[in-house]
Amino acid sequence: MSEDIKRFMYINRRAPHGTIYAWESLEVVLIGAAFDQDVSLAFFDDGVYQLLKSQDTSGIETKNFSPTYSALGDYDVTKLYVEQESLEERGLTLDDLMDLKWEDEDDDWAEKDSIRLVSRAELKEVLEQQDIVFSF
Amino acid sequence: MSTLHTVNKSPYEKNSVGSCLAHANSGSSILFYEDAVYATIKGASIEQLVTGTEGVKLYALGADLKARGITDDKLIDGIEIVDYAGFVDLAAEHERVQAWV
Amino acid sequence: MKFSIQVNEGPYQHQATDSAYQFTKAALENGHEIYRVFFYHDGVNNGTKLTTPPQDDRNVVNRWSELAKEHDLDMVVCVAAAQRRGIVDEGEMQRNGKDAENIAEGFRISGLGQLIEAGVQSDRLVVFGD
Repeated sequence: MSEDIKRFMYINRRAPHGTIYAWESLEVVLIGAAFDQDVSLAFFDDGVYQLLKSQDTSGIETKNFSPTYSALGDYDVTKLYVEQESLEERGLTLDDLMDLKWEDEDDDWAEKDSIRLVSRAELKEVLEQQDIVFSF
Repeated sequence: MSTLHTVNKSPYEKNSVGSCLAHANSGSSILFYEDAVYATIKGASIEQLVTGTEGVKLYALGADLKARGITDDKLIDGIEIVDYAGFVDLAAEHERVQAWV
Repeated sequence: MKFSIQVNEGPYQHQATDSAYQFTKAALENGHEIYRVFFYHDGVNNGTKLTTPPQDDRNVVNRWSELAKEHDLDMVVCVAAAQRRGIVDEGEMQRNGKDAENIAEGFRISGLGQLIEAGVQSDRLVVFGD
């Protein structure tokens, strides 16, 4: 890895729709994808709600940006860490979350899961490996 | 590979202090500033959580304590008070800054 | 050390911009470099020239403008967030058919790429939000 590449971590701790932070943070990730850094996203605390399936904002008449998570793989954003404890606290499991995939061109375009379910202890270690941490 | 965690909301308003304490690795530091300085008052329900976090150095921003009428005698033992210059030094001395908003 | 600062909240509503200002000022006084101050989310509202705060309170916008002038700071307001919230410069005014511009002195409107680039180029990114 070139010494010029930094590890960028985008922290997502907030629920979507009630505030704009989730959507505007995703906008940063999408723009940031063009800069070829080593990107990770962490979803924990209320941030896990951002990845729930079947979001439909037609009744509240706000933008439903949840389909954008599925596009992250196409932008080479393939490391979405989701904290197990945050899911459990909220009565959720991996099955409740969107099935996010990316295609690994180094592995014959095999489809792989973008979501990496980690324990709090594992997430702590991941966070300690980052260079620049964005919070929203 | 140590982190400066910064946290600025009251522990009774949202879970940022709690989550920060739960995610701060041994060897890292936490700076309480703005409303998070309320977490540094001794005798409060959160004191055990604050003091119980292993291997983490705790700091509070003096100007925010003073603004809120939190005098030194009210502070949990072992919390070091810094000014804004101290905040800058902490940010420079650690390898990364992680904000818990 | 080269710092970049991210400000996520607007003036007066939250202390975030005050803390960011005090940090930035202290960093400069201690000989550090501030690569960029990037205003995002409601933080773009720090860039309006139309505030009239009470006389006996700090002038958040002007304080940033003065600090920028004194230290030749690069203060960027995110264009997407600014469009949503009505922070407009001459270019945006023309582009979007508005009849006014309100960007304060020392601020410039630009893309999110500037925040990413700040992360790439700086030693530390310090985020102030709520």
